[in-house]
Amino acid sequence: MRVAENLNQALHTLLAENERLHLLGEDILDPYGGAFRVTKGLSTRFPQRVLTTPLSEGAIAGAGAGLALAGDAAIVEIMFGDFVALAFDQIVNFAAKSVSMYGRTVPIPLVVRCPSGGGRGYGPTHSQNLQKHFVGVPGLDLYEMSPFHDNLPLLRTMLGAARPALFFEDKVLYTTSMFEGGVVDDLFSYDVTDGLARVFADDPGTFDAVLVVPGGLVHRALAAARSLLLEQEVTCLILVPARLHPFDPAPLLPSIARARAVCVAEEGTAGGTWGAGVAHQVHTALGGARRPITLVSAADAIIPTARHLEDRVLVQSRTIHDAVLGALRD
Amino acid sequence: MSDVATEPRTPARFARLADDDLRLLLLIRHFEQALLRLFEQGALNGTTHTCLGQEYVPVALRTLVDTDDFVFSNHRGHGHYLARHDDPHGLLAEIMGRAGAVCGGVGGSQHILRDRYVSTGVQGQSLPVAAGVALHLKRTEPGRLACAYIGDGTWGEGAVYEALNLAQLWELPLLVVVEHNGIAQSTPTHLQMAGTIGGRARAFGVRHQRVLSRDPQQIRREIAPVIAVARAESRPLVLEFATHRVGPHSKGDDSRPADQRRHAADHDWYAEYATAHPEHFADWDDRLRAHVDAVVREVTARPSAGTA
Repeated sequence: MRVAENLNQALHTLLAENERLHLLGEDILDPYGGAFRVTKGLSTRFPQRVLTTPLSEGAIAGAGAGLALAGDAAIVEIMFGDFVALAFDQIVNFAAKSVSMYGRTVPIPLVVRCPSGGGRGYGPTHSQNLQKHFVGVPGLDLYEMSPFHDNLPLLRTMLGAARPALFFEDKVLYTTSMFEGGVVDDLFSYDVTDGLARVFADDPGTFDAVLVVPGGLVHRALAAARSLLLEQEVTCLILVPARLHPFDPAPLLPSIARARAVCVAEEGTAGGTWGAGVAHQVHTALGGARRPITLVSAADAIIPTARHLEDRVLVQSRTIHDAVLGALRD
Repeated sequence: MSDVATEPRTPARFARLADDDLRLLLLIRHFEQALLRLFEQGALNGTTHTCLGQEYVPVALRTLVDTDDFVFSNHRGHGHYLARHDDPHGLLAEIMGRAGAVCGGVGGSQHILRDRYVSTGVQGQSLPVAAGVALHLKRTEPGRLACAYIGDGTWGEGAVYEALNLAQLWELPLLVVVEHNGIAQSTPTHLQMAGTIGGRARAFGVRHQRVLSRDPQQIRREIAPVIAVARAESRPLVLEFATHRVGPHSKGDDSRPADQRRHAADHDWYAEYATAHPEHFADWDDRLRAHVDAVVREVTARPSAGTA
């Protein structure tokens, strides 16, 4: 099953099982079904609760927060994650703060879906993953979609926590397949425990390097792990957390403590990255590390449209491959 | 000062108020004045925004927007809160960070949630949220509405227009109460607003009514019918009160020229009512001054919030 289909089915199930849940977004009605077709069929089945909206990201996020505040729940689709900047005030200064600024915990079951990331030639304003700008906002959870994590339990967790959450969905994943049955391909297997996916060659306890990546980087990390194994005989363990913030490093520590190199990669641009925070948390939790954790991100640059220029800015599998080799050589 | 300067000084002679209206008006007035005194004494942390001169707006609306309706307030919200909850102790404790604070001292003057009363401090932010709440009410409690107080300055924010558009498109019971006092912090209307609020509302097809009176009973007569329609037909409504900020934006920061401050003072319901009904006024004014003084003494003596 394709990732977009898995997500679509999850939304169908959630709207069917919770009659207080609303879905708001631009161009989400059938027959169009959303810019990435993720909301297909939903408006036909739930016409009262699946609402197409004007081009008003701030109002959509605010209205979602209002529904949540009044006792309903809301999922908001931002057509391109870049546009979540237009909802920054509603998310940061109202929805997330409302959880605690009234002196007690106020439930705000609100998920803002952000189709994110480059690699599709959409250019500077339609290709970003803006998650780093939301890291560390009190009351705001950050999740990223992956081909290992079933979207239904993930979304149930987000809504169940009753805190606003941003769900970053790397657009390149929509048309790829969900991994099933513990098998990735001829070389790699995987398991998922408590929201953390592990990808390994033969034995999850035997590896040279650990790669920590959000879901959108999975295919590039897999390609890097393959080339490192076949070309360099370097074995990688890939760890894919579903929740990026607040980030719990504990489940990663036993593996990281035994690795000769650790690399954290992400889709966003350099500077003030998610990975820097993860590296610091891991480093602190381990009481120091033998070598620095290697950070991989897009370049400190806008994302160009032309394919060859975009490739130079975004993280490629070879970027990760080279980063791991470099770390092992140090 | 745009159109507020052209209105008559006293639109109509104040009729004698019901005791509970006068009591509430004076509670808010003395509460706000007490806050300014406490600031001068260095007894308050941070800042505050008083509604001196505008007290009659939430008092008039009190009987038309009841506790099953949501109220969204803004930075200048003490009057809105007291008109709904009549709880000067809890509000002062919130502002002073003392035991018994409505929100544990976390929210302070501008961020209060109690039952269906919500305030938040960013201009325009509440309108999309109120639209979402109105959608909830339309579906689950038809006839209820979400009432959001904003100022003339708030109309600079895009969120206002996004929310008005949604409210009209989705036929939401959203009552937008504009306290148009002609001055956005230090900026007069003519430097910050092109056109008019009525024109902007009409652009969305949203019904708009302007209110000149400062007499709660007269105001209720004027607006009760349109509020009833907003409820019955589930439609947004913009009520624009031509009002006057008699005090500073926050504390000691009134940079208006003397004639403009005098203009505001000349339109203060407090003096108008004192002239129109001196005995009724004096009796309740003394009582509420004493009551607020007692509230201040009692709350000031409390331990800090969260430490008891």
